[in-house]
Amino acid sequence: MASYLVRRFFLMLLTLIGMSIVIFFLLRLMPGNIADIMFDSAGFVDPAEKAALEKELGLDLPIPVQYWNWVSALMVGDLGISYVSEMPAYDELAPRIPITAKLAIMSLGFSILFGLPLGVISAVRQDTTLDYTLRVISLSGLSLPSFWLALLILMACVHYFGEIPIYTDTPENLWDELLLYLLPSAAVGFRASAIIMRLTRSSMLEVLRQDYIRTARSKGASDNAVNYHHALKNAVLPVTTIIGIEAAFLIGGLIITETVFNIPGVAHFLVEAILMRDYPIVQNLVMFIAVIVVVINFIVDLMYAVLDPRIKYAD
Amino acid sequence: MATLDHDAELEKAGANVSGRWSAFLFFCRKYPLGAIGGVIFAAFVFAAVFAEVIMPHDPLATNADASLSAPNQSMIMGGDMMGRDVYSRIISGARISLAVGIGSTLLGGILGVLVGLMSGFFLGWFDLMMQRIIDIMQALPLLVMALVMAASLGPSLENTIIAISIPLVPQVARVIRSNTLSLREMPFVEAARALGMSEVRIALKHILPNTLAPFIVLATAQLGSAILTEASLSFLGLGIPEPHPSWGRMLSESAAEYVRTAPWLVIFPGIAISLAVFGTNLLGDALRDQLDPRQRS
Repeated sequence: MASYLVRRFFLMLLTLIGMSIVIFFLLRLMPGNIADIMFDSAGFVDPAEKAALEKELGLDLPIPVQYWNWVSALMVGDLGISYVSEMPAYDELAPRIPITAKLAIMSLGFSILFGLPLGVISAVRQDTTLDYTLRVISLSGLSLPSFWLALLILMACVHYFGEIPIYTDTPENLWDELLLYLLPSAAVGFRASAIIMRLTRSSMLEVLRQDYIRTARSKGASDNAVNYHHALKNAVLPVTTIIGIEAAFLIGGLIITETVFNIPGVAHFLVEAILMRDYPIVQNLVMFIAVIVVVINFIVDLMYAVLDPRIKYAD
Repeated sequence: MATLDHDAELEKAGANVSGRWSAFLFFCRKYPLGAIGGVIFAAFVFAAVFAEVIMPHDPLATNADASLSAPNQSMIMGGDMMGRDVYSRIISGARISLAVGIGSTLLGGILGVLVGLMSGFFLGWFDLMMQRIIDIMQALPLLVMALVMAASLGPSLENTIIAISIPLVPQVARVIRSNTLSLREMPFVEAARALGMSEVRIALKHILPNTLAPFIVLATAQLGSAILTEASLSFLGLGIPEPHPSWGRMLSESAAEYVRTAPWLVIFPGIAISLAVFGTNLLGDALRDQLDPRQRS
């Protein structure tokens, strides 16, 4: 187990180092840098001034040198300066992260709240009208684009309340804040719940086919006892493994939903920074996302070994 | 390798097996949801192929008089702010959506099959290196990876296809690799080797065809997410450039500001995306149940 942990940890580091290289060079492939964009919008280009700006930002250095400068600064916690706002990237990102984190947690809550029970019901009532209806709903969750769902929610709000619940000021108390995040997180959570529901259903069906379930039934245990006492516990186990996939899925949904609801979180900020070629923001933010996804997957692997005693990580 | 005798299985299940048509009807009866998905998908393909014939107006022609006009007899889904016919734009958008969806699924699929087959068959350092590269690619959510790729390649139809196809590669490679790993231990591979077949020939002639079923299942599932990702990229302004009528772009042009004044600009393109993806997903689920019985639920 210990050597497995060590190996797994080094693989994780390797993945992140690889990611940093990929992301850095991909960004440098982009046609046009911030200097081009700034001088394009100014409408006139003085090559000397542009070169001076590129020199100031370190964009004239060879790309491997630029990469080394970024990574070595990152090691000591220096994220660089945003090209657009000319503020330290850390100061730009830090206040935005809690907003997205709260949204993400609420969305995850929603998705578990909907996904788990509906998946179980769907499996227990397999091939009934209820099962078909729930399956169609969960599939539609995977099929509706999150920005459209968000726009529909906005339309419904306009229709019923006459106003759009778009993020305005920093909310005053916790209740206001919850209310503000409720709709966006429901929009993200509905889509994410579809994944949980589908997996719960198939996992539950898998367990219900096993011998010990038949034994329990033949011993006269009631349907409810078999379904919810014997089967559910084992069926939920594999569902924990998709938390990693779920996290990745949530991040994708948040990018879109924050944009539609105009929420000043990091996910929305990423799109703006990409459009503005704000390298220090984009590369640090993408690395941050990669760290989250990789670490969550690492934790899920470990958790699984703890939850399921049948699983032993040899060597 | 023991293969299912499909006709015998169908007959056992009470089907009248006289040809492909009845097998098709049997599939429809067994998977009604899948059949509905198939019909939706067929309509989507039909619209994309015969767009010129179906469109009542030129999707790019602007008309100041029709700006933001509500749905009426001439424009059944209304007009956008430049007076372009929304219905014609949606029909023509089907072509873009399908081109990007199928293009990126195929490109990603071919790359994934190549990587997965070589990884699983040759193993060794090549496999080790590919596995690490796949780990790296999987560290980012599909949309984030596609966003960065799309931005670094620049906006165009071809680049959007590439940007979406690359993040699809790891999943295909993983599935094909694990399939290849179990197939290469099969007696028929051993037999082929004993007959003196070259390794490359074994990989291409005996292993590759057997990975077709899981590949089709995965590709149909990925087609839906590829269409969605294209719509999302275009919505965020990083996908298909103007003047191509992409569904995602139609929604971003009309986003929050028209929610109040011109809801038809929001409703119809969204229905188009949702239906196309929903149909593909329904079809994909039924295909998975039929072709990959281990995952049957």
